[in-house]
Amino acid sequence: MHTVVSSATKTVTIGHDQPFVIIGERLNPTGRKLFQEKLRADDLSTIEKDVADQVAGGCDMLDVNMGVPLTDEPALLAKAVQLVQSLTDLPICIDSSVIEALDAGLAVYEGKALVNSMTGEDERMDLILPLVKKYDAAILALPNDEIEIPMLAKDRMVIVEKIVRRVEKEGIPLENLLIDPLAMPVGADPENVKNTLETIYQIKEKYGLNMSLGASNVSFGLPNRHILNAAFMPMAMAMGLTSAIMDGRTPEVVQAVRAADLLLGLDQWGANWITQFRASKEA
Amino acid sequence: MTPDEILTELYERTMEGNAPRVLELTKMGLELDMTPDSILFEALIPSLEEVGARFERGDYFVPEMLIAGRAMSGALDVLRPLLADTGAETVGTFLMGTVKGDVHDIGKNLVNIMLEGAGFQVIDLGVQTPPEKFIDAIKEHQPDVVGMSAFLTTTMPMFKVNIHEITKAGMRDDVIIMVGGAPVTQEYADVVGADGYAADASTAVRKAKELIAIKRAK
Repeated sequence: MHTVVSSATKTVTIGHDQPFVIIGERLNPTGRKLFQEKLRADDLSTIEKDVADQVAGGCDMLDVNMGVPLTDEPALLAKAVQLVQSLTDLPICIDSSVIEALDAGLAVYEGKALVNSMTGEDERMDLILPLVKKYDAAILALPNDEIEIPMLAKDRMVIVEKIVRRVEKEGIPLENLLIDPLAMPVGADPENVKNTLETIYQIKEKYGLNMSLGASNVSFGLPNRHILNAAFMPMAMAMGLTSAIMDGRTPEVVQAVRAADLLLGLDQWGANWITQFRASKEA
Repeated sequence: MTPDEILTELYERTMEGNAPRVLELTKMGLELDMTPDSILFEALIPSLEEVGARFERGDYFVPEMLIAGRAMSGALDVLRPLLADTGAETVGTFLMGTVKGDVHDIGKNLVNIMLEGAGFQVIDLGVQTPPEKFIDAIKEHQPDVVGMSAFLTTTMPMFKVNIHEITKAGMRDDVIIMVGGAPVTQEYADVVGADGYAADASTAVRKAKELIAIKRAK
């Protein structure tokens, strides 16, 4: 199954037989006080540097989130999407929990975007799926509902099934559906990452769907986070993860992903790996 | 072991999160006629305070905080009924819940642990807490502080709704209201009319104590 996203001039394919798709997470003001203040003052200059960093780091797509409290998020997100598209040809993952913001971002987007995200709650699916259909976008869906974030793979799979049926019913092709198998901090529960890996495996086996998750979550609250993230990625990829939202500025993690691509036969004959090596040698 | 040795080892083992040993030492202490008060205030609470201080400095990490909290909880299960008998005053009662529409609880649970560690009685309403549930629980438990947690920009507006409902129910002056969660800022807390905000678990404990002290001084 191939999920194809694009900008005006560039296409990216996500699939189990494709090199892993890295979605840069940095364009997000959560926990960045200075960035928030600037955005509130309508100053988008931080975005320029963030885009450059994520592109230089080797991202395939960029996540754009403008969730700043007490701002006009739809207007801000639309503006940011346009700005990012003027800076790079990488396709965008439009990230908001505000429906109007998703709508505004999608309306100005050139190409086929990925929408981040929707849960398995009926109310959210009612609101978001029509947008996905209207703009012919792809959607990232989280297997949690109004009651809880299930911890066990089998409970997550019940909600995945609900989401898949609903997406089919709306007439949206399953290629346009990505599931987030939910990466939770291993520091909060030793079983968390095992549950994520099990969920990834089951989604791949049962549906063959593409997936993406917030990879940095796994190392929350622990020291040397980059090393943990770098160890997690190849495990998740071996189970069937096809994409992740992560920080493109961390070479350890990006390199671990590219190495796993090669080891899993997704970078045939090491073409990308060797090209990268030559480029870094020349630099 | 002498009572002093027990206190010293309790302090150390709690900080290491050695739950079985902490429970054992607590029982040994009680058999030696040590008071539940002294076990709590001279060993367990100082230990968790040190955990919090180290966490704030970046010397301690989330799993260490969790297991230290768990070790203390085990001892508290034994001590609590005895403390109730002696009528010892608690630091305060903290009512906690993730707001309606939101199912995230990792951060909230960390705050609960640090609050318990500081001697608070914590009543956790869990996730998806509607305004009426906060109000019923305020009536029932008469907490010093009501804490609300939200992880999403779409659920943060529930702070304002909850505070409005608590005000309407005539209980706004009875409680201190604190808010927190990944996207929450001090500015946002001010706008919704909360009394306090903290960016992490140990700061939340300090802030809660400060606010209670101010209120009790009035």
